[in-house]
Amino acid sequence: MNPQNPVRAYWRANLRLIRTLLLVWALVSYGLGILLAEPLSQFRIGTLPLGFWIAQQGSIYVFVLLIWLYAWRMDRLDREYDVHE
Amino acid sequence: MSTELWTYLLVGLSFALYLYIGYASRVRDTKGFYVAGRGVPPVANGAATAADWMSAASFISMAGLISAMGYDGAIYLMGWTGGYVLLALLLAPYLRKYRRFTVPDFIGDRYASNTARALAALATLFISLVYVAGQMRGVGIVFSRFLQVDIALGVLVGVLVVAFFAVLGGMKGVTWTQAVQYALLIIAYLIPAFAIAFMLTGVPIPQLALVASDLPERLNQIQTQLGFAEYTQPFQNKPMLDVLAITAALMVGTAGLPHVIIRFYTTPDVRSARYSAFWALLFIALLYTTAPAVAMFARYNLINTLHGKPLDEVRQIEWVAKWEKTRLLAFVDKNGDGRLTVAKGNAFTMEGGKPNFDKPDMSNPNEVFVDNDIIVLSTPEVARLAGFVIALVAVGGLAAALSTASGLLIAMASAVAHDLYYRIWNPRAPERLRLLVGRLAMLPALGVAAYLGINPPGFVAQVVAFAFGLAAAGLFPSILLGIFDRRMNQQGAVAGMVVGLTFTACMIALMRSPQLFGTPQPLLEDFFGISAEGIGVVGMVLNMATALMVSRLTPPPPENIQQLVDEIRIPRGAGEALDE
Repeated sequence: MNPQNPVRAYWRANLRLIRTLLLVWALVSYGLGILLAEPLSQFRIGTLPLGFWIAQQGSIYVFVLLIWLYAWRMDRLDREYDVHE
Repeated sequence: MSTELWTYLLVGLSFALYLYIGYASRVRDTKGFYVAGRGVPPVANGAATAADWMSAASFISMAGLISAMGYDGAIYLMGWTGGYVLLALLLAPYLRKYRRFTVPDFIGDRYASNTARALAALATLFISLVYVAGQMRGVGIVFSRFLQVDIALGVLVGVLVVAFFAVLGGMKGVTWTQAVQYALLIIAYLIPAFAIAFMLTGVPIPQLALVASDLPERLNQIQTQLGFAEYTQPFQNKPMLDVLAITAALMVGTAGLPHVIIRFYTTPDVRSARYSAFWALLFIALLYTTAPAVAMFARYNLINTLHGKPLDEVRQIEWVAKWEKTRLLAFVDKNGDGRLTVAKGNAFTMEGGKPNFDKPDMSNPNEVFVDNDIIVLSTPEVARLAGFVIALVAVGGLAAALSTASGLLIAMASAVAHDLYYRIWNPRAPERLRLLVGRLAMLPALGVAAYLGINPPGFVAQVVAFAFGLAAAGLFPSILLGIFDRRMNQQGAVAGMVVGLTFTACMIALMRSPQLFGTPQPLLEDFFGISAEGIGVVGMVLNMATALMVSRLTPPPPENIQQLVDEIRIPRGAGEALDE
């Protein structure tokens, strides 16, 4: 943490977190769900082709998880940098 | 008790409940009217947001649409849920911290420009109007299908109910009715879904049944035998590039829809805004992960029940007879063999997107017409559920339509009464007058919604692409850059909005010219392989590129605006009162 400007350090930490989570968001939805849907169809999750499952089920679970992770991590960042309500 | 009686009873009870909540949460100030007094806990706001977002189309039509598209239906599933990640990470916490009432509030203040404010307010109005027309139609359709009530009468009843709780309770009334409506619509959606999953696979949980049974394989086999592509095979309806563009445009458009964004203004602080987004998507995901299972099961069941069976025998089945009467299901024995053939192609010739039941399409052997809506509507009967469950589905469909309509009504009233009237035209209007104008602004909006619901213009489905396109190309980038780019200024933002909106509107108009202007062929087939539904994402990129370039060639925004940006980036102080 930069003691001179904690607010700026807080913002940078926030941006880092956003970047990581959005990378996962894009990789799962556009990457696995669409671009790689055809090759992933050889693999199966249970009886369903994997590409199809990611596009119609798995990606949605990941989205929910990403939002929760963001809220939870930001809660801790808010306190760490003393900018919470 | 008959199904019809159950339906009247349950619909009546649910309406009485909405009216009571509206009356109990009536408001006396603009803060209550526009942002529910900022006292809504995260779980309640999550449920309200889920109901606000899931419309008559999500409830009644989406599973059917996916059922017809197979894998490619993923554009709606990912597109309409992935936007919440953008909303939760990039917009909601900061807009909540800004402590105002509307989206144009932020855009107008951040860029110190009433032009930008008016553009944002008009975009809000247009997007919400397009949307609300579909909702009112949905109310009418549920009434006519379940209760054989005239569509116009159904629309009027719906408008009166919404008018009562929205005008009296404002955002506060709307929030609490939406939370209850979510509970009703999700119960109504899940019970038949569980039943049909159990009936066809022996596993009662649809999401598990999807991966645990051999039904996907059997469906793929049947589809191949009948000349269709495999159900799970990607890119059969749309090429990969278009699937990418549409998914992205729907995601960004969802994040930019004003009636969804303003839901996050109602929480007590920034932290609750973040958790609301989580609850909202969790609640939405309950329906959105069930829909593809229902889609697959229902398609399997439909083909299995109809294909190769004697027509007389099929018509003995109770639900087939019922839905054939409403023309959601229609048969034509093209080859005169007395048996039904399911195959690729239209059973009847399509005119203006609707089948002409007097003219069979003889170019293919398909003898069965299936309306997308039947997938959800017929599920309780197919699964042989009791009459009160069918009534519950009617209640759920109405709850989905009314909750979305009421959220849109608040968005429209705030654009007219708060942004255009108070912030631009009469900034010195006293609080009581502003509240009165807010309530009055709902009446013409309700009138237009009722009119469009009773006399739907043929192009409603086509202009929905406009709504998402404008939200993606106009509102989303301006808000995003306003928060994340301190250097973004008035010139850049306005230039970006004008370029993004103009490009997107022109492209959609060219590609949808047959529906909009009646040209025999679209003036433009697609834009380098991207269709009207996905063009918004190109508009968004153009908006951002223009805004970034122009802002760097013009002076930075004044000191007080840069302070505003710094201030919305930290959560502390969101609960403090603001002289609104």
